[in-house]
Amino acid sequence: MNTKDSQLIVSSAPHIVDPVDTASIMKDVVLALMPALAVAVYVFGIRALLLVATCVGTSVLFEGVTRKMLNRPQTIGDFSAVVTGVILSYNLPVSIPLWMAAIGSFVAIVVVKQLFGGLGQNFANPALVGRIVLFTSFSTAMTSWPLTDRMSSVLWEANGLVAGAATDAVTGATPLALFANAKDVPSNLDMFLGTVSGSMGEVSAAALLLGGAYLLVKKVIDPAIPVAFLGTVAVMAVAMGFDPIFHMCAGGAMLGAIFMATDYATSPLTTKGKIIFGIGCGFLTMGIRIFASYPEGVSFALLLMNILTPHIDKWTKLNIHGVPKGGEKS
Amino acid sequence: MISLKHLKGIHLDHHKNTAGFTIVPMPVPEKVYIPMVQHIGAPNVPVVSPGDRVKVGQLIGDSEAPVCAPVHSSVSGEVVAIETFMTQMGRNDVNIVIETDGKQELADTVVPPVVTNKEEFLKAVRASGLVGLGGAAFPTHIKYNPRNPEEVDTLIINGAECEPYITVDHMTMLAHAREIVDGTLNTLKYLSIKKGIIAIEGNKPDAISLFKDLTKDIPEIEVFELRLVYPQGAERVIIFETTGRHLIAGKLPADIGVLVSNVNSILKLQQYLETGMPLVTKSLTVDGNLIVHPQNVEVPIGTKIRDVIEFCGGTKRDPKKILFGGPMMGRAMPSDDLAILKGNNAILVFDEAFSTMNPETACINCGRCVRGCPMNLMPTTLAKAWDRKDLETLKAYDALTCMECGSCSYSCPARIQLSYKIKLAKDLVMQDLRKQVEQAKAQAEGGKNA
Repeated sequence: MNTKDSQLIVSSAPHIVDPVDTASIMKDVVLALMPALAVAVYVFGIRALLLVATCVGTSVLFEGVTRKMLNRPQTIGDFSAVVTGVILSYNLPVSIPLWMAAIGSFVAIVVVKQLFGGLGQNFANPALVGRIVLFTSFSTAMTSWPLTDRMSSVLWEANGLVAGAATDAVTGATPLALFANAKDVPSNLDMFLGTVSGSMGEVSAAALLLGGAYLLVKKVIDPAIPVAFLGTVAVMAVAMGFDPIFHMCAGGAMLGAIFMATDYATSPLTTKGKIIFGIGCGFLTMGIRIFASYPEGVSFALLLMNILTPHIDKWTKLNIHGVPKGGEKS
Repeated sequence: MISLKHLKGIHLDHHKNTAGFTIVPMPVPEKVYIPMVQHIGAPNVPVVSPGDRVKVGQLIGDSEAPVCAPVHSSVSGEVVAIETFMTQMGRNDVNIVIETDGKQELADTVVPPVVTNKEEFLKAVRASGLVGLGGAAFPTHIKYNPRNPEEVDTLIINGAECEPYITVDHMTMLAHAREIVDGTLNTLKYLSIKKGIIAIEGNKPDAISLFKDLTKDIPEIEVFELRLVYPQGAERVIIFETTGRHLIAGKLPADIGVLVSNVNSILKLQQYLETGMPLVTKSLTVDGNLIVHPQNVEVPIGTKIRDVIEFCGGTKRDPKKILFGGPMMGRAMPSDDLAILKGNNAILVFDEAFSTMNPETACINCGRCVRGCPMNLMPTTLAKAWDRKDLETLKAYDALTCMECGSCSYSCPARIQLSYKIKLAKDLVMQDLRKQVEQAKAQAEGGKNA
């Protein structure tokens, strides 16, 4: 054998790499989101699929077009735009006009993600900001919550209706709105399983927990943020004399804690930082729910904590082993 | 705060394909190429000339410099040239080229040394040409003679072999357990160290039980089973796992009361004490997806990679990558025309699948590198600081603590070469520190003159 020297590749160690890459992580997240989609179709009907397809399609389209226009390497293959699309759709009422959903995708992908440098560079969760912009721009469409006959009868009765009696589409208050107005709320079982009104992907705590368990097993997410987030929500609920199960299952808490607060780019790097981040999210969520004029607070809690993330990262820098804090003493 | 029990690390596929392959001695090649620098330290000077006949174990290069290990001929034959060319250490070096005669006659000097005290022991260690065989190649007689001998209470024998593919230490332990135990006892005795720990990774249960058996009546030797987490064999990791002591960057193991030697070093030391044969052969794992007959071989030092690969049946196709060492920390060689040196423990030959450079994508801040770093560094923060040449952050985030184990790069889903970037960053920090020292010196002198 006589190897020509130029044929050999000389590169720096290590020479092997974990098969897990960005695309496989994103695909895992999409897979983990599927149980919630199944529940959404069951509770809200087939339009749930249409809404997801719209958000995913427009997100991927905007990602591809923006990258092309900016003359950057194409990134639709990394599946991050798919994740953003799915999560955005989960944050919308199932009845929202599809063109509004597309605007949400535009804000998420073009404004929040690509204009700040693309994947990993965004200061806030793209889907979250997409939702907040839609919420403040189209507040009627964003707060019309269709009632279906799969839902708890408590929600119908709150509107003076009998479950399944209406022939036209009806809308009604979400469990959190009922709670804010001190009315009866659906049972904890309904809240847990997801047979209640709300944004299409947030209703079923059970389905979201199942997806979360998958992500934990695959080590895609760390338990620190979801546990700290939901734990704080529960503790604050108990402290103020409310039902902790209701508050953990209601609104966007589960979806937010498992799938949005754990967004890598906008949450801290270290476990200590993640715990601080999770506690902050839970604290602000409950603060808004109980004391502010909005019935739900997950979105704004997350946005605020996203903005604090670089600072939390600074406060929670890891120290190397064997050296006391503040430098080496000999 | 919960006290720390283990350092972080990563889980690797072991690919120990050659486990169970007894080490086969390779016949001497036609020529060997023995460089004068095979260690960290000053170069040796040849003590033979072209035309001289040499025998196995004969001294052929030595130096008066304090940090240096002599070199010996691995073959019998004739010195045909003394030439300067590039060796695998990446530097131009004086090489003694010996044409072998195949007789492998032993030199007269190969007789067991007389060792009765520490001084004679250290002299024997030096005369054996021993260097750290775990890869660092630091002269062993220097390591065994620290400034603070009375503070050293533990000798760790490193049998972790945590790199994938490599099994040669495993096979060495199985074949030479008795000598390794005796070598450990001798080292403990002459260096007055109380305790010896033979540390072996849990994927070698046969070696662990063999050593447990051999040492069950020897209270001063403990056999320690290491976890299956890479990099258990890294010096700072094995010290912490076995003793709970932290070795911080810039300190020597002796500073925290520990000496660490590779199992092979201890074996070669004991063999020298028993026979007087210096370090002239090296056992290697030859593997990788292109080697026709992967196996463990014992080769004369100075044998070229090409000859070793040929002995193992050649390669299935043209190789794209040839590594000295394992896939995590091994060095990719520019040519198969380089000679095996004391510090080598494996030749791995791979095709494109192991060689394509993955295009780097954006950091997604997933924290896998942080989760994998045994030194508790934040590799992504360091790599980003390196990208913008931010010295302040590099220092604040302890770039110099990185031991380049590669765990971060391995874990990175965005395929960023974190380990490589931190390696470059360390250089930048060192340059800056040197500059500061010079400036301080200049200032002090300026002050004196004023």
